[in-house]
Amino acid sequence: MAEEDGAILRLEGVRKSYGSRVVTEVLHGIDMSVNAGEFVALVGPSGSGKSTLLNLMGLLDRPSGGRIFLDGTDTSTLDDAGQTRFRGHKIGFVFQFHHLLPAFTSLENVMMPLLVQRGRPDDEMRQRARMLLVRVGLEDKIFARASDLSGGQQQRVAVARALAMQPPLVLADEPTGNLDSNSADQVFDLLREFNREYRGAFVIVTHDHRMASRCDRIVEIVDGLIRKVDTGS
Amino acid sequence: MRFELILAVRFLREGRFQTLLTLAGVAVGVGVIVFLSALISGLQTSLVANTLGSQPHVVIRPQDAVARRMLEEGTDKVAARVEGAAQRPQKIPDWPANLGRVERVPGVVATSPIAAGAAFAVKGDVSKAVALRGVDPARFDRIVDVTGRLKSGAFRLEGNDVVLGIGLAADLGLSVGDKLRLVTEGGRSDVFTVGGLFDLGAKDLNERWVLSSLRNAQTLLNLEDGITSIEVRVDAIFEADRMADEISDRTGLVAETWMQINRQLLVGLKSQSASSWMIQFFVVLAVALGIASMLVVSVVQKSREIGILKAIGTSTGQTMGVFLLQGTILGLAGSALGCGLGALLALLFRSMALAPDGSPVFPVDLTWTRFVAASAVATVVGVVAAVAPARRAARLDPAEVIRYG
Repeated sequence: MAEEDGAILRLEGVRKSYGSRVVTEVLHGIDMSVNAGEFVALVGPSGSGKSTLLNLMGLLDRPSGGRIFLDGTDTSTLDDAGQTRFRGHKIGFVFQFHHLLPAFTSLENVMMPLLVQRGRPDDEMRQRARMLLVRVGLEDKIFARASDLSGGQQQRVAVARALAMQPPLVLADEPTGNLDSNSADQVFDLLREFNREYRGAFVIVTHDHRMASRCDRIVEIVDGLIRKVDTGS
Repeated sequence: MRFELILAVRFLREGRFQTLLTLAGVAVGVGVIVFLSALISGLQTSLVANTLGSQPHVVIRPQDAVARRMLEEGTDKVAARVEGAAQRPQKIPDWPANLGRVERVPGVVATSPIAAGAAFAVKGDVSKAVALRGVDPARFDRIVDVTGRLKSGAFRLEGNDVVLGIGLAADLGLSVGDKLRLVTEGGRSDVFTVGGLFDLGAKDLNERWVLSSLRNAQTLLNLEDGITSIEVRVDAIFEADRMADEISDRTGLVAETWMQINRQLLVGLKSQSASSWMIQFFVVLAVALGIASMLVVSVVQKSREIGILKAIGTSTGQTMGVFLLQGTILGLAGSALGCGLGALLALLFRSMALAPDGSPVFPVDLTWTRFVAASAVATVVGVVAAVAPARRAARLDPAEVIRYG
């Protein structure tokens, strides 16, 4: 269920601090929202808190203050199991270090989010995973083990996996950070294409200004606060 | 296949060498348990069978006679010493009724009334002290298998037939068809015909037992139509004490079990069982530690994969399931190998430990329940050993794992 204003993700005064004796606040109150189908770049110097913010958006961590609404649900009302289930259904992840399961084939890796939710493999999920792999240009690597793929190929498998559940929100933490510029362009183009085709919202942490400039919006985080918001190309 | 099972199998396959070593550990453990328990059980069965082959499980006899003081209590001016009563053969009061009561005790398989007493067997001018036992052959056969151990003749006690041991027969130079005279205290005597010779495997019994019909023994021992004891066979020999108590309660007679008569043997069996259990316990413990340590290492090695799986929505229960299943699989597969190993060891042992005549010294007791029990224990142990690693895996924080690659 989308909200009235079309926001798929809304953060209200989100704070995050670490430590119990010496408390360090990393995020000092973030207000932002991401609309359905929007492609947002999250930029900022290292240590600014953008990865922390992405983990909060991805329900991998809980904020110390403030609220996060995802697809209309206040996620603070969910218990851990509820958040895990919600994460599985609503969010796709692409990590910097691709993070595939090395002993599994490309196909199995892409199927994994579906398998986790449904418990048993079926033909429909195999079909969908195969289609996604064809879509990312890896039709000849469907049965290759993830550990036998190049970095760029692995990241393309990861992109396919992030889309397996057709989540309304995809979060990517420096998805091209570890790739040569050719592979990086390929992966970024794929993300952009998927964004247009599926109308899912994408939030991408990146250092690369050239890539950031190709997003719908750039949100810059400095010292745990949003400094400015640019409209991209 | 379910998601958890797919992952469990894949993780185990990925950890090739670790998995193989752990499997080998479980297999050796289960093998030792199967072999050891089969060996001890076979040994004990054979010991008990040898001992009880010529013994009833429970013997019922009358209360001992007690000497009573003739002087009344309190007349303490007199020096008195009460001698213990000499125990003459005592009859079981109203024995047909008591026999019926004994037969109704649950677990009693067979009963045999016995009229027994001391006698002399005389041939020519040689006489030997013997134990004369009047029995009903059909009933007594179910207590002590005399028919199965006859060396010659038949176990029939019609007319003046007697059956005696090969030791006594050798002493008196008797064989089937020969005559001998039996003399009891008070000078009662009669002439009997040797109907059969037995070998009960115990020298003492072979030299002393003379089996006659109940009627003849009663006459010679001056018991009229009484008997001196009832011998009983039960279905569960280690329950004999409990049954003896019940028999005593129902009849008011003394019931003595093979366990009381063979105190030494019982202590031996019990300590043997105890040490066998102890060894098995520590083997199981070692198996559990082996599985647990392998899985703990596996959780550390796989923490990245676990983090990814949790990030994409794998629940705590599913994560635990993956590791609990690994423990189960190790337990099951290790058991299968271990059963084979245990059976092999047992058969090898049986073929090597031979008596001089080429037969096995004792049977190794390889029953399927033993395999099932050992496998069940190993599998349960596998699951239990996996609990701690599984909880560790379930507690991994995906954010942390992903941040640090």
